[in-house]
Amino acid sequence: MPARTSATRPVTLLVATRKGLWTLASDGARRTFRLAGPHFLGHVVHHALRDPRDAKTLLVAARTGHLGPTVFRSTDRGKTWKEATRPPAFGKSEGRVVDHTFWLTPGHESQPAVWYAGTSPQGLFRSEDGGNTWNGVDGFNRNPQRKAWCGDDKDGTPDGPKLHSVLVDPRDAAHLYIAMSSGGVFESQDAGASWTPLNRGVRADFLPQPTPEYGHDPHCVRFAADADRLYQQNHCGLYRLDRPATTWTDIGGSMPKAVGAIGLPLVAHPREPGTLWIFPMDGTDVWPRTSPGGRPAVFRSRSGGDSWTRHAKGMPRAQAWWTVKRQAMSADRSDPVGVYFGTTSGEIWASRDEGTSWRAIARHLPEIYAVEAV
Amino acid sequence: MGQTSHETATIIDVEIPSPLRSYTEGAHRVRVAVPLLAPESPPTLGGVLAALDGGYHGIRFRIIDEQGRVRPHIRIFVGQSVARDLRALVPVGQTVMIVAALSGG
Repeated sequence: MPARTSATRPVTLLVATRKGLWTLASDGARRTFRLAGPHFLGHVVHHALRDPRDAKTLLVAARTGHLGPTVFRSTDRGKTWKEATRPPAFGKSEGRVVDHTFWLTPGHESQPAVWYAGTSPQGLFRSEDGGNTWNGVDGFNRNPQRKAWCGDDKDGTPDGPKLHSVLVDPRDAAHLYIAMSSGGVFESQDAGASWTPLNRGVRADFLPQPTPEYGHDPHCVRFAADADRLYQQNHCGLYRLDRPATTWTDIGGSMPKAVGAIGLPLVAHPREPGTLWIFPMDGTDVWPRTSPGGRPAVFRSRSGGDSWTRHAKGMPRAQAWWTVKRQAMSADRSDPVGVYFGTTSGEIWASRDEGTSWRAIARHLPEIYAVEAV
Repeated sequence: MGQTSHETATIIDVEIPSPLRSYTEGAHRVRVAVPLLAPESPPTLGGVLAALDGGYHGIRFRIIDEQGRVRPHIRIFVGQSVARDLRALVPVGQTVMIVAALSGG
């Protein structure tokens, strides 16, 4: 068997925080990282992404404590920025108000100017000009069933209910998934014109009927390396779905009982469909949303979630009460894969060995909302 | 402040709070020409903000939501009075003052 060759390359982390945007750029070996920023100091930045299709367009979803939501754009790798001419906003006749744009997703490879945005409260928007102007996806926003699926705009998490995890099938631009906290996972085969609930097998034990058709609380849904496989970190555990099946398989039962299967983020390996990482949090009692027992750790599975291993080498062993939000964990595409997460206490942690060992590469940042490795 | 020579527009001064000065190139106060629907009628707050957005695109949506309501942590004064309705009249000579309310952490 030939020796495995290492193929690493520099990575840049886009770090979205409650007080602005920072970047961390590595050397080729990912040993040293250079922190730069802030950009948009004082803005609540929920998500920042670089377009993988042209490697130079960046979009930033932002608002401030006082001012309404907007999207900032750069077409020169972040050197200069302009505000979107028409940010995501509901129509006058819809009677709803976008509190913030929460999630950004580049469109299909064949549609280089298309982007999708998920908002709080739950709304789906699409841009066809690289994020400059946005229109609601009427098949969702104006769907007569939307309120039944999602509940009222005031329902949901303390930060507001959210539409997130917008996934575009890399083989079919019209095949989309979305997830909503709350609402559940939905699928469209016609570019968003119609939607079907995709929640069979997923618990919603906070509802009177614990296995409803919709109304679930997925926290994060990701494609595996193989887009026929989906992973879901949910309010009620962990799940895997291998299409074309429509019933999710519970993969949280193999987590240690003392840790549980609740968390916010989930990251999939870019090449191995069976490998994923999660960062559990305490979802017991009043939902402290801290590392379980104050002992932070990443859990990795190399078996599609059938078994898990705990990885905390380099992390504090006790009295560390931070956690990781749903967009604040990311993986690069190097071999071995680098895995990164940002904490609610403003630290960035990095692993160069696929999550086995960890070190802090930045501290003292504001509360981190999103980390994207680009 | 006062009506223009053709009396089709009036000039209104608008006070800009610091969170919005990125739109006005740092200006604390800007003057906007507001079209008049009728020569004898003062403009509305909505008209003033539309004119403001015409000169500083994007500023209106940061303070007024898509349903035409003043956003929760924004106050707008017409003269000495708080205005919550875009139909409020802005008499000639009055200043519109946008305030980012003291809140948050």
